[in-house]
Amino acid sequence: MKTRTMTALGAAAAIMAVGGVVKADDPVNMTVVSWGGAYTESQQRAYHDPYMEANPHVTIINDDGSANALAGLRAQAQAGNVTWDLVDMLPSDAQLACDEGIIMPIDHDAMLAPAPDGTPASEDFLPGSLGECFIPQIVYSTVLTVNHEQFPDDKQPTTIEHLFDVENYPGRRALQDRPGTNLEWALYADGVPIEDIYDVLATPEGVDRAFAKLDTIKEHIVFWTEGAQAPQLLADGEVAFATGYNGRMFAASEVEGQPFDIIWDGQIVEWDGWVVPADGENVDQVMDYLYFATDTQRLADQAKYISYGPARASSAPLVSTHADLGIEMGPHMPTNPDNYYAPIVLNNDFWADYGDELRERFANWMLQ
Amino acid sequence: MDSTAGDDTAFVRFENVQKSYDGEALVVKNLNLDIAQGEFLTMLGPSGSGKTTCLMMLAGFETATHGNIFLDGEKIDNTAPHKRGIGMVFQNYALFPHMSVAENLAFPLEVRKINRSEIKSRVQRVLDMVELGDLGDRMPAQLSGGQQQRVAVARALVFEPSLVLMDEPLGALDKNLREQMQYEIKHIHEQLGVTVVYVTHDQSEALTMSNRIAVFEDGVVQQLASPTELYEHPKNAFVAAFIGENNKLIGTVTEANNGTCTVQLDNGDVIKASAVNIDGVGSKTTLSLRPERVMVIPEKDMPDHMENVFEAEVLELIYLGDHIRTRVRVCGDDEFIVKVPNTGAGHHLAKGRRIDVGWSVADCHALDAS
Amino acid sequence: MDDQTTSSGLVTADGQPLKRSLQRAERTRKLTALALVGPLLAFLLVIFIFPIGQMMWRSVDNPQIVNAIPRTLEALQEWDGEGLPDEPVYAALAEDMRADAELPRREQWMGRMGVRLNYELSGARGAIARTSRAVDEFEPPFKEAFLDAHRNWGNPELWQILEREGRPLTASYYVAALDREYDSEGKIVLRDENRRIYVSLFGRTLALSGIILFLTFALGFPIAFYMSTLPMRYANLLMICVLLPFWTSLLVRTTSWIVLLQQQGVINNAAVAMNFISDDQRYSLMYNMQGTIIAMTHILLPFMVLPLYSVMKNIPPSYMRAAKSLGAKPWTAFRRVYFPLTLPGIGAGGVLVFIISIGYYITPALVGGQSGRMISNEIARHMQQSLNWGLAAALGSMLLVGVLILYWAYNRLVGADSLKLG
Repeated sequence: MKTRTMTALGAAAAIMAVGGVVKADDPVNMTVVSWGGAYTESQQRAYHDPYMEANPHVTIINDDGSANALAGLRAQAQAGNVTWDLVDMLPSDAQLACDEGIIMPIDHDAMLAPAPDGTPASEDFLPGSLGECFIPQIVYSTVLTVNHEQFPDDKQPTTIEHLFDVENYPGRRALQDRPGTNLEWALYADGVPIEDIYDVLATPEGVDRAFAKLDTIKEHIVFWTEGAQAPQLLADGEVAFATGYNGRMFAASEVEGQPFDIIWDGQIVEWDGWVVPADGENVDQVMDYLYFATDTQRLADQAKYISYGPARASSAPLVSTHADLGIEMGPHMPTNPDNYYAPIVLNNDFWADYGDELRERFANWMLQ
Repeated sequence: MDSTAGDDTAFVRFENVQKSYDGEALVVKNLNLDIAQGEFLTMLGPSGSGKTTCLMMLAGFETATHGNIFLDGEKIDNTAPHKRGIGMVFQNYALFPHMSVAENLAFPLEVRKINRSEIKSRVQRVLDMVELGDLGDRMPAQLSGGQQQRVAVARALVFEPSLVLMDEPLGALDKNLREQMQYEIKHIHEQLGVTVVYVTHDQSEALTMSNRIAVFEDGVVQQLASPTELYEHPKNAFVAAFIGENNKLIGTVTEANNGTCTVQLDNGDVIKASAVNIDGVGSKTTLSLRPERVMVIPEKDMPDHMENVFEAEVLELIYLGDHIRTRVRVCGDDEFIVKVPNTGAGHHLAKGRRIDVGWSVADCHALDAS
Repeated sequence: MDDQTTSSGLVTADGQPLKRSLQRAERTRKLTALALVGPLLAFLLVIFIFPIGQMMWRSVDNPQIVNAIPRTLEALQEWDGEGLPDEPVYAALAEDMRADAELPRREQWMGRMGVRLNYELSGARGAIARTSRAVDEFEPPFKEAFLDAHRNWGNPELWQILEREGRPLTASYYVAALDREYDSEGKIVLRDENRRIYVSLFGRTLALSGIILFLTFALGFPIAFYMSTLPMRYANLLMICVLLPFWTSLLVRTTSWIVLLQQQGVINNAAVAMNFISDDQRYSLMYNMQGTIIAMTHILLPFMVLPLYSVMKNIPPSYMRAAKSLGAKPWTAFRRVYFPLTLPGIGAGGVLVFIISIGYYITPALVGGQSGRMISNEIARHMQQSLNWGLAAALGSMLLVGVLILYWAYNRLVGADSLKLG
């Protein structure tokens, strides 16, 4: 294991032109940037703690900076003072950072562990998830969630269409204050087949159609900005529907016992994963950590703490029960076949091309 | 002078007025005071004696805890300050700093809705009266202290109130200016015939300006009289000490008849004095004697009107031009002051020399023991 | 000796020219002054002037296109701006892209040009990204190869943008910040109605700040007046109440606003319980403009109260008494005497509250919902999320200039020297 790591490190060392090999007893402080809250907690327990136990000279410091990761990476690269060692970020931002050369390209098969059956990493990770500089970690989804106490038992909302049906399903709706997810759902609810959504949205008529659909519920919308707001609004009874990250909704309903029901219809699926800032001080150690933290067992372990799906196919069978609650995590995973019946996979290429324009249009629409 | 204080025609009347701020101590204790129309009455007293409180009650900024105040026959206890029509000059002038001198003076006329041209002419007239005719456009901060003082007086008079209150108006001025302003205010008072109630702690100011002076101490009027009367015939030891300079000798009354008495001092000396305020034979008394009424008696020349003659030792001489202030030890008192007029004839005073000093019965007042 | 006297005028007692002697004496004084002010000056320069300068520079800085495609830009000079450019331009572009790919990653410009172009034309980033990956296989004629690789290379608009923005400085961020864009003839025109944001947001920011200013004044003036009449220890107690929001962490403050203001919150529950409103008519007090106004009035109240209090504390009570004794009714005395004397405090408080609220962003983001957003929220969004720093810098510079204009106007109208800040 150790020798293989060192081989893998050779590539990294060559790219980074870092001389010498890490001595096991030199103390290393590794700054890992992530999303904070329950998510960082799950990484701490699944990755950081076991890694630090095996490597006592390493201390991992958490930094909750992922919300503004790209801005932070740019600022550090410009200042020539890279203090982040490893960053958890979204693939769309990772592609931008990669284009700008401020994060390291990754040779997945050379740097990452193969599956237990020997399948190389590039084939084990879910299709389309790997990026030039990006190592996926989880699949998460943005889901519609309802507070079931706000609806009669015989009239519970079950689809995205119901989000747009204020007549039969009254109550306020909490949506995120950005176009992504909202426009997709507007078209989906308006009858556009999932596979055509982005094609329709690439046309001006499609955009108008999406906004027209959003107009029908506009006066019932409360917009949220921070991920924590959505479950809060729903729990306080401020809204009847909220969109939000499935992990947070899981935590609210299962851990805190809130009366929430997740509607998996039209869940918007995206990856989240690691990137390595270029010119970091501890690249060798970081690569060693990544080899460990992205192997099949570790990814499966993370699912013990949070309901995000592992990004490796080989991890799925290993997903077990929640570490504290003891409930089966399988049914709460976005990728569980029972939940994955109508997923919309977020199209990062589309948002890279149309994001600037649609964000303006959306901001304008919110202000009207 | 006493004639101005006619009791029937009281213009301002305090009737059994009491004032307490905290419900525990009285600041003003049962004040009864009549002020006649056209009178210049000064409330004189040390700070905390209740004089300013009385003025504020009259102006309407404080309410009496008990008793009534009348103005021109009307009870004004419940009249708001702005309806009393009383002019007032404040300690620090209270000129409105954001208004020019002319605007300050026009203010009381504007709030009375007097027409523009009338305001203009009256402002000019009052400016001329205080000799600031061409300073109407200045801001108060651009004026000297004396000029501000005049504006403050002019502002209190411009709306022709029949009563003007002045609260230590000269306190902030230096000595020369203060004396000059005393005369000016006095002249304005005489010229306009307005009633003035004036508060000060400065006895010379009170003596200079007033028709009558009410001496306040501890919430009580100790004596209400004309300046002459106060100085010549103080009713008690406090007034004697507070007004003018005063030699004080303590003794016991041994004999009293026909308005005179005999007092034995603690050192055994016996003095004859006018009995002003004594409790009878055997009681303690304070003898009050003005320094200028004590004579240095030339050797072997004993005038008959001097009932009291004692030997004194000169302790200190201070040359003051018009007189020589001489501190002597007499009747067991080291602080006894004699003012020796500088007659030009020369004198034979010298430190340590023994001389004879004397004074008449009429000039020596036997007062309360205090 | 004589020469010296005649040539340099007066001399000191020991024969030194007076001017030089004076200069020497002055120099020490100046050096002392500099030593005292120097550290602060350097500090301000580093943490204030320099970043602001950098921000303003960023709003016009436009290096991406110039650096990415120098050959193409040169070839484009021949283009008449009509239709599509000819083969040499496409050939130059292919050469630029190949040359860029040879560079170390950190020095490549093509990706950054893609991001930059996408601000002007949706899809431009995809065109650049996809083409630069394929350009190695391109063979002449390049024009066809490019048109095959991505439809945008056949869009004359993209070429017009390249020509227009292919210079080191740009005005386009300001054009966008004013809700305007270039049309096909290069004229600046208003944007589509459904993409206009910033002008109305600036207007709303000013309006909200004005409302907040008025409310802090209406609430703060009586409090400050009352405090100024109280004995010191009671005044201090009240002052603590006024200052409390300063000492409370933002999180606690926000949480308590939520508890109070939300539809299921304390205020609404109380109103329903007292039958003021029925259950389905609950007030919307947060996640909208009301939320921003309530929260910011709360936060900014001390900025109004403190200067007012310090001014009122120094107005002697004798002014009001004088006015009343001169015959003014209490209201007239207040209006004509007391109120004008508080103007320096009102001015100072007003300038503080207005300028701070124009630039405020955290509170509106938390409780303002959409209708309670201000221009700073948009700036923050461009800084942190959309990462269009040029546009953020242009908006920020406009805000800065706006504040300076307001301050200048205030100075002209009231006089800045009358400000009493504490």
